[in-house]
Amino acid sequence: MPLERPQDAHILVHNLTMAYGSLVIQRDLTFGVQRGDIFIIMGGSGCGKSTLLRHLVGLQAPAQGEVFYDGQSLWQVEPAERERMMRRFGVLYQSGALWSSMTLAENIALPLEQYTDLSPSQIDELVSLKLALVGLAGFKDYYPSALSGGMQKRAGLARAMALDPDILFFDEPSAGLDPVSSRRLDDLILELRDSLGATIVMVTHELASILTIGTNSVFLDADTKTMIAQGDPKKLLAESHDPKVRQFLTRGEPHA
Amino acid sequence: MDATPSVTHPHGTLDVTRPTANTLCVRLSGQWTIQAALPSTTEVQAQCEAVPGVRRLSFEASDLAAWDSALLTFLLKLKELCDQRQIEFDQEGLPHGVQRLFALATAVSEHEAQHETTRVSFLAWLGQSGLDMAEATRTLLTFLGQVALAFGQFIRGRARLRTVDLRLIVQASGAQALPIVSLISFLVGLILAFMGANQLRQFGAQIYVANLVGLSMAREMGAMMTGIIMAGRTGAAFAAQLGTMEVNQETDALITMGLNPVEFLVVPRMLALMLMVPLLCIYADLVGILGGAVVGVSMLHLGIEQYYQQTLSALHLLDFVVGLIKSSVFGILVALAGCLRGMQCGRSASAVGAAATSAVVTGIVWIIVFDAVLTVMYDILGI
Repeated sequence: MPLERPQDAHILVHNLTMAYGSLVIQRDLTFGVQRGDIFIIMGGSGCGKSTLLRHLVGLQAPAQGEVFYDGQSLWQVEPAERERMMRRFGVLYQSGALWSSMTLAENIALPLEQYTDLSPSQIDELVSLKLALVGLAGFKDYYPSALSGGMQKRAGLARAMALDPDILFFDEPSAGLDPVSSRRLDDLILELRDSLGATIVMVTHELASILTIGTNSVFLDADTKTMIAQGDPKKLLAESHDPKVRQFLTRGEPHA
Repeated sequence: MDATPSVTHPHGTLDVTRPTANTLCVRLSGQWTIQAALPSTTEVQAQCEAVPGVRRLSFEASDLAAWDSALLTFLLKLKELCDQRQIEFDQEGLPHGVQRLFALATAVSEHEAQHETTRVSFLAWLGQSGLDMAEATRTLLTFLGQVALAFGQFIRGRARLRTVDLRLIVQASGAQALPIVSLISFLVGLILAFMGANQLRQFGAQIYVANLVGLSMAREMGAMMTGIIMAGRTGAAFAAQLGTMEVNQETDALITMGLNPVEFLVVPRMLALMLMVPLLCIYADLVGILGGAVVGVSMLHLGIEQYYQQTLSALHLLDFVVGLIKSSVFGILVALAGCLRGMQCGRSASAVGAAATSAVVTGIVWIIVFDAVLTVMYDILGI
C-alpha cells in the first residue's frame, strides 16, 4: 500500500533526505509506522540508522522531506509546537544518557516535575513504580556512575517512560548486554507495548530481537544511500530476494 | 618450528636465488619477529632490477624458525613491489598460517574508506578560513541570542531549571574559590607594594604605597585577577561539564524531554558567576590591600593606623564600583566562554579536553579585551 497521505500512518516519513552539510547520508526515505508496531530500523554499520532516529525524535532537521506524526508535520511547525509534540516521545539513548549529576530518582522525577502538577509524594511514587518496572527498585538514590552498563540502560528506559509516552524510541537497546539481559529487555519491550499501548521504534543489530519482536521494519543501505527493503522482518527473511537483506538477516550464512 | 638455540640477538635472514631464468626465489630463514633484526626489501628489489625478465617471485620457508606480523609487513611490501612490476607473487612456499593472514590483510574491505587527499591551494584555504570564521561568528551570535532569550524566560519566571543546581554551582564557583583567590590577591598586593616601595623610597614617599596598592587593587587588579582565576578554574569546569554531557548524549536527552539546554544548563551557570565574581572581587580587593599593608608595616616601617588612614583617604567608593562593574562583566564573559565551548564540544574524550582549553583561552582573551575597552570608557567618562 503506497503511503501518500500523512494521515495514513501514525508516523510517516516522507521523502526524507538526511545530510551533514554536503555529505548525504540517506535519501528519499518513505515509510510508515502504524500504531502499536514494533518498528525496526536496520542496516549495516554506518548507514545512518542513528541519524534517522535523531530526525524522528526532533534532534536534527532533515535536508529535505518531512516527518509526520498523526498527520502533523514535525519540522514545519513552530519550535514551541515541536517541543509539545516531542513530549509524547520517550527516547532511550545508546549509552543510557542519564544525567550524571543526578540520582536515578532525580533523573526520572525531572520530566515529571517540569510537566505535571503532581505533588512531590506522588512523583516519588511514580518514580518508584517506573524503577520497579525495569527491575531497579531500591536503586533510587544511586548515581548513574555507580551502576553497570545494563542497569544504566534499564534506568534510561525508566526515564524514557516517565511521562507515559505514546512512542518509545530505542537506539541499540541491547548493545553491550549479555544474551540473557538482552532477551529480558526484549520481553520488557513487548510487555510495555502491550500494557501501555505504545508504539516502539528501535534501531538494533540484534537479529534475535529483530526476528522475535519486530513487526515492521525498514532496511537502510550505505552503498546506495537509500532504503532497500521494508516490511515484517520475518517475511523479509522468508521472501526477500535482495542479497544484502538476506545476508544481514542470515548473518551472511548462504544457506540458512 | 625447529628448536633454534636461543641467540642473544635473534635475526631473520634471506637469500635470493634464481632457480629458473624468469623466477626469483626468496629463502627465508631464522626468526622473522618484531623483536628480531630483519633484512629490508631492498635486496629483493635490487635483484629484480639487476636482471630484467623476472616474471615470478616464489618463497622457500623450510628453515623459518619463528614468524609474526613482522614477516607479514615484509611480504606486503614485496607484494606491492610485485604489483608495480607486474611480477606474479607466488605464496605457495610460505607457511599455511602466513598465507591465511596474508589473504585477510590483502582482501579488499567492503567499504573502502574514501580519503580524498587533495592539495588545497592558498586561495581555497583563505576562502575556507573566511567561511569558517563567518560560521564561528554566526554560532557565537546565535548562542548569545539563545542566552538572551533564556534570560528573558528566567526573568519572567518561566525558565526551566533546578534551584538545587544553581546552589551547587554557586558553592563550587564562589565559596570553594576563596582559598585560591585569597592566596593570589594577597601575593598580588604584596608584589605591588614591593614594586612601589623601591621607587617611592627614593623620594621619601613610602606612605604612598598605600595609595598605589589600594587604587590598583580596587580599580584593576582585584577584578582582573579574580576574572583570570575564574576563567582557569570555573570556565574550564563549565566547558568540561557541558562537553561531557554532550558526549554522553545527556544534552540530547534534555532536548527530547523538551528541556532547553540553554535554560537548564547555561542560565544557572551565568547567574552563579554574575553573583559570585563581584563578591570575590571585593574580597580580593581587601585581601590585596592587606598584602600591601604587610609590606608597608614590615619593610617600610609605617604604622598600621597610618597605613589604614592613608588607604582610606586614597580610596573612594567610586573606585570599588569601577572594579565591581569590571568584575561583573568578567564573570559574564567567563560563564559565556565556558558554556559556549562546552555546548560546541565534539563527541569524544579529546574534544572535551579541547573544549576546556579553548574555554580558558577564550575567557582570558575576552577578559583582557573588555578590560581595555572598559578602561578607555572610564577614561572618557572621567571616572
